[in-house]
Amino acid sequence: MAVQAVNTPPLPPTTEAQAATGFKAELKEFWYFFSQNRGAVGGLVIVALFVLVAILAPLLAPYDPTLIHEGVFTQGPAWSMGGSMKHIFGTDDVGRDVFSRLIYGARISMGVGFMVVVFSLSIGTLLGLLAGYVGGWVDTVVMRAMDILMALPSILLAIVVVTILGQNLVNAVIAVGIVVIPGFVRLVRAQVMIEKNRQYVVASGSFGAGPFRQVFVNILPNCMAPVIVQGTLGFSDGILNVAALGFLGLGAKPPTAEWGTMLSDARAFIESAPWLVTLPGLCILIVVLGFNLLGDGLRDALDPRLKK
Amino acid sequence: MFRYLLKRLAEVIPTLIGITLISFALIRLIPGDPVLLMIGERGASPEVLAEMRSAYGLDKPLPVQYGVFVGNALKGDLGTSITSSRPVSEEFSERFTATLELGVVALILAILIGLPLGVLAAVKRNSLFDYSLMTTSLIGYSMPIFWWGLILILIFSVQLGWTPVAGRMDVMYDVPHWTGFYLLDVWKSTEAWPAFKSAVSHLILPAIALGTIPLATIARMTRSSMLEVLGEDYMRTARAKGLSRTRVIFLHGLRNALVPVITVIGLMAGTIVTGAVLTETIFSWPGIGLWLVDSVRQRDYPVIQSGILLIATIIIVVNLLVDLAYAWANPRLRGK
Repeated sequence: MAVQAVNTPPLPPTTEAQAATGFKAELKEFWYFFSQNRGAVGGLVIVALFVLVAILAPLLAPYDPTLIHEGVFTQGPAWSMGGSMKHIFGTDDVGRDVFSRLIYGARISMGVGFMVVVFSLSIGTLLGLLAGYVGGWVDTVVMRAMDILMALPSILLAIVVVTILGQNLVNAVIAVGIVVIPGFVRLVRAQVMIEKNRQYVVASGSFGAGPFRQVFVNILPNCMAPVIVQGTLGFSDGILNVAALGFLGLGAKPPTAEWGTMLSDARAFIESAPWLVTLPGLCILIVVLGFNLLGDGLRDALDPRLKK
Repeated sequence: MFRYLLKRLAEVIPTLIGITLISFALIRLIPGDPVLLMIGERGASPEVLAEMRSAYGLDKPLPVQYGVFVGNALKGDLGTSITSSRPVSEEFSERFTATLELGVVALILAILIGLPLGVLAAVKRNSLFDYSLMTTSLIGYSMPIFWWGLILILIFSVQLGWTPVAGRMDVMYDVPHWTGFYLLDVWKSTEAWPAFKSAVSHLILPAIALGTIPLATIARMTRSSMLEVLGEDYMRTARAKGLSRTRVIFLHGLRNALVPVITVIGLMAGTIVTGAVLTETIFSWPGIGLWLVDSVRQRDYPVIQSGILLIATIIIVVNLLVDLAYAWANPRLRGK
């Protein structure tokens, strides 16, 4: 904002220092509204916790997630009959420590969520900027392509992509990323169409700002609030859908400690070893809930219309 | 209205063409020779391979192949499944009724429970009930249903032994399948009542699993839409006229609050299909979701290709109908 204000004298003069305090004040205001929302703070805590677990996985996990402990197959959790403190959450059918696998699973799920969001956010934002700013036939082509992607239910589209690319975790991420793209495109496009006719953009254009400057320096920063919200919600979509693909046997390949794949492996033991089913799903639910709470909270705090 | 209809139709056509392109490209974008992949490890003589190639039209130039593909699809010829050797269209219609029955029952459950809960939460805004419902519904909304389905099986089938874990009905009942919807079919059976109970006990858990996300969405949507309506002037006027609170809420409030809720429900076709893929896998429900997942595993490309085409087309048509119904009910939209 500061750069642009210097470029366009007709607007009220703002110095760098004032802009900085302005940003600080905005941040303070944001935090005020955000921290009022108990759900949002709860979501932030959950997400932060799982990020920490993901980063510190090698320190927290008592064993290697793929290490097979001979002689302790499907041992119950520590609090159950026959359980031991050596394996707090028990072991799976081939004798791997469930607790360690869940911890490393956090690493995979958070990584997967992050990659899905980075992939879909960058492509989606670029396409949205292009469609919204250039307009005309470019807009039509991009939006019709998005209509096609949106006509396919998310899992089916992901199945199509995985069928073409092959079945592994990276391809599952790409597949799910493609599913999430249209959301970003529509959001950014709508925002760009509002912003590009605002006075500050028109003024900057009349002072000779080229399309690149207009799009990336002037317009984009003002589209970021809804993109951040959508990005947060994209995490939950990404984690959920990649886990679903893993569950269908189309995602991460077996020894990988991915929660969805773990669930799929555990299905056969639902009667004899219910903890193998309960725990990975609970992890998915809690992480997804955390991102949804956080996303809702960010939306409320960033959307001026919702503030009272 | 007619102009709006034409406009929406014109918008849908490119999407449909795109869908045919995607499902056409699917079989041809796979690295390697699709025919070899379909045959897999069984192996086949060069003559058989050549025969298969020409059966799938893979020996002709691409534009011709596409023309043939679309032409056949329009005639209702969607190819033959490799695993079952049956026409894809025949198998699809059989399995589609299974998915439709599951989806409709799940949606009815979601509406019957979600709508009243949402209204109640709005009326009792900021109460303990409101908070707990909103928390529960956010949990429901975040639910990995492939896990939720397993938990339901664990509780109701494994622990309590109340419901069976797989299929649509016990095989012992001789039921004529004249509609394909088992809940209706059973009434032509000689043992109608026990067969009906069997069908319901098979259906109930998958329907709950599939209905959970729609239920949470409907409850949240109803609440927020109702809250908006409750603040309107005409609500106060209606109260001022001396109408009772209940009458105002249900007659004036709900009727207006329902419009966005109905739209959301109408646009749930995609959510239901995605959910059905997972739910059917868990409960071995013989619908299109399970069929597609099995086909991907078995590399049954004709099924994947045509299945995607059919499902996407159905969803596009459903969304179009919802849009048109919405425009019909809401004349302000047509002008846009």
